[in-house]
Amino acid sequence: MDEPGPSDPRIVAFLCRWCAGSGADLAGTSRMQYPPNAIPIRVNCSGRVEPEWVVEALKAGADGVFIGGCHPGDCHYVSGNYKARRRIHLLRRVLAELGIEPQRVALEWVSATEAARFTRLMTDFVAQVRALGPGPYARPPAGAEPELATAGPSATATATASSGAARPAERAAERAADRRAPW
Amino acid sequence: MPSTRGARATRIGVFVCHCGKNIAATVDVERATEALTAQDGVVYGTHHEYLCSDPGQEILKRAIRDHHLTGVVVAACSPSMHEVTFRRAAAAADLNPYLLEIANIREQASWVHRGPGTTDKAIRIGRTMIEKVKGNHPLEALEVSHSSRCLVIGGGIAGIQAALDVADAGFEVLLVEKQPSIAGHMAQLSETFPTLDCSQCILTPKMVEVAHHPRIRLLAYSELESVSGYIGNYRVRIRRKPTYVDPDKCNLCGDCVQACPVRVPSEFELGLAERAAIYIPFPQAVPSSYTLDEASCLGLNPLRCDKCSRVCEVNAIDYDMREEILEEEVGAIVVATGFDLYPKEAMAEYGRGTIPDVIDGFEFERLLSASGPTRGEVRRPSDGRVPREIVFIQCSGSRDPELHLPHCSKICCMYTAKHALLYRHAVHDGTAYVFYIDVRAGGKDYEEFVNRAMEDERILYLRGKVAKVFQQGDKVMVWGVDTLTGRRVEVAADLVVLAQAMVPSDGTADAARALRLACSSEGFLKEAHPKLRPLEALTGGVFLAGAAQGPKDIPEAVAQASGAAVKAVGILAAPMLTHSPEVAEVDEALCSGCAICVPQCPYGAITPGTTARVNELLCESCGTCVAACPSGAMTLRNMSGTQVLSMIRSALAEIPQTVEA
Repeated sequence: MDEPGPSDPRIVAFLCRWCAGSGADLAGTSRMQYPPNAIPIRVNCSGRVEPEWVVEALKAGADGVFIGGCHPGDCHYVSGNYKARRRIHLLRRVLAELGIEPQRVALEWVSATEAARFTRLMTDFVAQVRALGPGPYARPPAGAEPELATAGPSATATATASSGAARPAERAAERAADRRAPW
Repeated sequence: MPSTRGARATRIGVFVCHCGKNIAATVDVERATEALTAQDGVVYGTHHEYLCSDPGQEILKRAIRDHHLTGVVVAACSPSMHEVTFRRAAAAADLNPYLLEIANIREQASWVHRGPGTTDKAIRIGRTMIEKVKGNHPLEALEVSHSSRCLVIGGGIAGIQAALDVADAGFEVLLVEKQPSIAGHMAQLSETFPTLDCSQCILTPKMVEVAHHPRIRLLAYSELESVSGYIGNYRVRIRRKPTYVDPDKCNLCGDCVQACPVRVPSEFELGLAERAAIYIPFPQAVPSSYTLDEASCLGLNPLRCDKCSRVCEVNAIDYDMREEILEEEVGAIVVATGFDLYPKEAMAEYGRGTIPDVIDGFEFERLLSASGPTRGEVRRPSDGRVPREIVFIQCSGSRDPELHLPHCSKICCMYTAKHALLYRHAVHDGTAYVFYIDVRAGGKDYEEFVNRAMEDERILYLRGKVAKVFQQGDKVMVWGVDTLTGRRVEVAADLVVLAQAMVPSDGTADAARALRLACSSEGFLKEAHPKLRPLEALTGGVFLAGAAQGPKDIPEAVAQASGAAVKAVGILAAPMLTHSPEVAEVDEALCSGCAICVPQCPYGAITPGTTARVNELLCESCGTCVAACPSGAMTLRNMSGTQVLSMIRSALAEIPQTVEA
């Protein structure tokens, strides 16, 4: 189950250097085990995470995006985590409008000592994303994929738009039918 | 893979570390090296058993020179471990150190996963760092001047020691203490284990030294309000509460105490004695002056009561004294905020603090102390009788994850042995029982001390927990079990002493909040590395000393304080500090001057104008402004949006099954 097969969720995890990243390091030092689906990208602060990055990750085939920051009140940079919270909250609403499940984007607080919490959050998030199924721009079956990774930034946008647009559109329609939007 | 970037001059080298078996056991290092070497822009790749070893670093240096590398990725342990090592090696080979990045494939891959997915993840992590290095620029560290004063928070034995050591090294110290006097809990102790030195007698000379040290400025009855700034240049706000007594005028005659009509429980005596509203915590207090406690005074209003002021011959009492806020610049901070005992009110099984003859360790210290409320005679609080049978309960609140706290408080085995021994010295025909889980007497001469208590003083050690303590008549009934004989034990005791768990003081939580320090789940301050950086907080320029960091005894607290002092002096004595050059930067061509970034910055590092301007020395590189900039004009050096977008794509791209090198 720990093995990422072809259908296994692919996740990008933005971890802040001070809390979530240190917690992840401590999980390693403590030899805790969690699924290997999330590729960590270290940022100085969760407040550095641009909503555009989350969108880009989903466009590039991620099934979920995890952002780990310091607990409220503990941010190494005073208040970056609050700013992250506002941005990600807004982004999730926009994603919902676009027919993308907001549960694909998680923002969690993990302190530098909470290795067990990090392990649990990672395990749960992988399970949650797996339950949601492939992401809006999930990679096509192996072999037919290369343009995403090899093309330059502008070409990527076009490539994803053409290869993935049909699927999200119909899926969005499906979802819109049974979704009760809160606004 | 074709690409427009990197094809020209980018020559990246990839170095994969086995870390013995730490990485190589779960990551196929050969496949990882092969896959990473096949990445666009990578011209050289190798793997080695221990890259951090001298031969490993030699390989790195030689490859940088031989292959004219313009960037390096070391796939190894967390950057918090060896980033400095490898960047130094790169610099030695004339590669700008900021062109080297670490891919963390140990803590975040090889140690946390098993199976082939681990190698895939390691490759993906490596690829993100290759993309990052492609966008990195050579940078030079910024130099910053700094303050050469030190702030010590907490005036217990750890804070006193740290303050003295820093001051003796030639630097000014601000010592902030919440209580009216420095001394901390150590002044409350009667004797100290294992030598049975009188605690006050060894502490007070240090307190006097603090009082007279030309480079220590003592701010008693003061609290840290807020902290801003960064290593070397912290700006601290300290609130000085009014004592309503001018310490320069007060001659300690004590007439005011006689005149004061108020009596409240004394904090120093833990409620075993009373004090007036105007008081000195104990005779040797430093600063040596009285304090008028606003909360218990009849109202600081001469119309209601001015008895103390009327009898004060030197006119030291000033009801109009105001609270003061001091703003000071300091270069380093030592946090020595200490501990408290887990409240006995939390012990439902031991009477929840309602039985007068169930007391905690500190209260018993006061009963034993020659300066205490009973002048050193052991008398129980309820009726003042000398207890003939006394029960000591160890691990009260400690080592009890179900009901109380999971940690071992470390000092209780020793002080309980001391308590029982001192009790036997005071009451020769008394019987002392000690209930324990195990006796942990790790320390120089500690085991011998406990043996002396057990054998010479014939103290009854019963291995087992106490299930219940309750009042019956004038006795305190103790129901326990002796697990070595398997029998239930019932003792009709006169006095029960609980070795309550050590918990961080309230001041520790306040300091952690003000300084944004990480804490463990119990609230003890977290060190930067549990083994190798035990004196440092993760925040640069902040050091930890004493029991605020974890349970410890006096010699350990003193040793840690001296260590923290040396660490602080390391900063204070440096001619210049370096500051990371990986800070925010404005592209003036793109900036419209909208100033959205300005309120984002928690450090006030951005000045608005036609275009925003960043003060590089104030910038701490969080990048919050970058994420907020609507025109993409703000960027973080060597962590630009473009870099991260490439990192994201490389993290998600497929890994080719067959790799051509």
